[in-house]
Amino acid sequence: MSKLPETPSQTAGPYVHIGLIPRQAGFDIFENNLGAAMLTPETKGERIRIEGRIFDGADALVRDALVEIWQADAGGRFAHPADRQNGPPPDPHFRGWGRSGTDFATGVWGFDTIKPGRVGPMAPHASLWIVARGINTGLATRVYFADEDAANAEDPVLRMVEPARRFTLIAPRALRGGIPVYSFDIRLQGDGETVFLDV
Amino acid sequence: MDLDLEFAPRDAAAHPPALAPIYRSTLLRAPRQPLLSLRSTLTEITGPIFGESELDPIDADLTRNHARDGDPIGERITLHGRVLDGDARAVPGVLVEIWQANAGGRYRHTNDSFTAAIDPNFGGCGRVITDAEGRYRFRTIRPGPYPFPNRENDWRPAHIHYSVFGQGFSQRLITQSYFEGDPLIARDAILGTMPDVAARQRLVATLDMEASAPFEALAWRFDIVLRGRGASRFESVA
Ligand SMILES: [Fe+3]
Repeated sequence: MSKLPETPSQTAGPYVHIGLIPRQAGFDIFENNLGAAMLTPETKGERIRIEGRIFDGADALVRDALVEIWQADAGGRFAHPADRQNGPPPDPHFRGWGRSGTDFATGVWGFDTIKPGRVGPMAPHASLWIVARGINTGLATRVYFADEDAANAEDPVLRMVEPARRFTLIAPRALRGGIPVYSFDIRLQGDGETVFLDV
Repeated sequence: MDLDLEFAPRDAAAHPPALAPIYRSTLLRAPRQPLLSLRSTLTEITGPIFGESELDPIDADLTRNHARDGDPIGERITLHGRVLDGDARAVPGVLVEIWQANAGGRYRHTNDSFTAAIDPNFGGCGRVITDAEGRYRFRTIRPGPYPFPNRENDWRPAHIHYSVFGQGFSQRLITQSYFEGDPLIARDAILGTMPDVAARQRLVATLDMEASAPFEALAWRFDIVLRGRGASRFESVA
């Protein structure tokens, strides 16, 4: 049992951009904007884009949210010491993490990244974490890829999701300018509510 | 999965409920389905790592990191504390980011239209990486309270927003700290989403005279506790 009680989560509020993506708040302060770019030319793997919108319970666009992504590299390795899997080391040119605000006008968030590899028994996937005004504790979910049917069918997390809701975690693929784009709309509440994870 | 790497389940009672009508914005944004509980997989016990070389030391000094032609207006303060986990172990080497309103309660944000003035010398954000003992320290100014659309006449107590990375992505936390003695704390709708008074109290930074600099700045202390490690009540999936 824990010795110290956890610090409670609090909403990121409507001005989360100031702290985490200040350029979207309207000013430039840091030389290095963490999470703005996930790739360098040296990063290994298939270039893809993952993007989507967020809808509230009244089907309105959530335009003030911040989304973070965390994922494995093309070989299914995480750039972290707790990844003790055998095999080639993690790609030194890929941290596997990025940040994107939903656009104030269009509500679209998105990441230019690489397609992650399988991680053990899990199908290729990326973790998303969503914070915003009105969200008291950050919401975690996962993006799976619609062109990975066989792997998805074996995925231990997807298999825990009731079949009728699995579609909420699987992003369809389309080509745009030669780049595969996976579309992942998130529904916070109501019909087609996205499955959120307590991890 | 190595048991020693897993995080303990989040203690739901320590956090505000997703749906809390006193905070109107939760009504349409709180999921109505229960969260799907799963034992941490490799995806959750890992998380991004940041190096000192990615930051500039001035990033942690909000009184200087956006100064243009002078000093920001307001009461200079030191804001410091430790990042710990539920087992009371220091969490070293993790990124802590803060953001806040200026002394007048105004955010430097395109969407903030509160009538208080923007301070040309104050950006309102900073970041630092915790040291070997999990300590962080910012120099900033004390923010002002500000009104927000919720109930008829709601004002946020003065507060600092925090974003903290733990050692794994499932420790990720965004929270806020308040200032001991602020009469708005008891009236705040956002703190009011938490039924547990003791939990609210854990968000109140305390005046720390020992760490204050005479004739320069008072210090406020705010420790942050992330989930601990340890056995999980859930079935392993990977
Ligand atoms: Fe605020």
